[in-house]
Amino acid sequence: MTYVVVLLLGIFFGMLLTNGEVISWFRIQEMFYFDSFHMYGVMGSAVIVGALAMVVLRKLQLRAAGGAPIVVEPKELHKGTVIGGLLFGIGWAFTGACPGPLYALAGSGYGAFLLALLSAIGGSFVYGLLHEKLPH
Amino acid sequence: MDAFSSFWPWYVTGPLIGLYVPALYLLLNRHFGVSSTFRDICAACLRPNVPYFQYNWKAHRWRLVFVAGIAIGAFLARGTLATPATGQISPHTLATLSRLGVRDFSTLVPADLFSWHSLTTVRGLLLTIGGGFLVGFGTRYAGGCTSGHSIHGIATLQPASAIATLCFFAGGVFATIIILPRILAL
Repeated sequence: MTYVVVLLLGIFFGMLLTNGEVISWFRIQEMFYFDSFHMYGVMGSAVIVGALAMVVLRKLQLRAAGGAPIVVEPKELHKGTVIGGLLFGIGWAFTGACPGPLYALAGSGYGAFLLALLSAIGGSFVYGLLHEKLPH
Repeated sequence: MDAFSSFWPWYVTGPLIGLYVPALYLLLNRHFGVSSTFRDICAACLRPNVPYFQYNWKAHRWRLVFVAGIAIGAFLARGTLATPATGQISPHTLATLSRLGVRDFSTLVPADLFSWHSLTTVRGLLLTIGGGFLVGFGTRYAGGCTSGHSIHGIATLQPASAIATLCFFAGGVFATIIILPRILAL
């Protein structure tokens, strides 16, 4: 049952990314040229609504389904946050897609993005192989 | 069904995306994030014998269901859009890209850069395969992407995510302004 809800959430997310033009290569170029507010509006309002909702969850002491207290895992800060972040930024500008939109573009029939998605999985694979050797 | 045939403004799309952060905590007690599925797929399908991939990926199966949903949802959305044309892109961006040699402005993605045919060109390969590789490598190295860091991480007030997001944009602006014109000239 949970998986059905997750699948529906995923489907609606794919629609949000498409109807909201987040999968548009042009919107991403426009964002990096600072030519339009569109993408900043999408991300900025997402962050504000997400942050406010998390404050409400905490104030009401809401629990996750099943009754466990909600635990926010800390994101680690290390050298990779900067180096990996810069590399991802370059890939984001090239493909015009971050990971969510890669799945969306591959699914919506832009054939070349099937290969971009496979290449991203390959990139994660190479990272995993080098994980111990890279500075963190 | 009118709402599904047109593009949505940022103030509809953004807040709805933001609600995925509390929704996934309430439903699964998990954080919102997409790029971790690249690792799950490697661990599940390729079973590489290195520590980074030795973890219980099955405990995160929900993420794979979620991204499968993204692909299906995008497929449905593209079918319901009245016109696949790109939205109201800034004239300055369009003029700049046109000057750099981009020719196809008919859909969300320029076919002269991203199509089966473009994969036979150097610039198409660099953008599609090279760009994809950097997305997968960089997000795993940084520990998250736009969803995990920029939206979930900043919404939960994590300093690492703010720094990661600044780096995403620094890399993106550098690539768009400095690298992309050189690739498009190939």
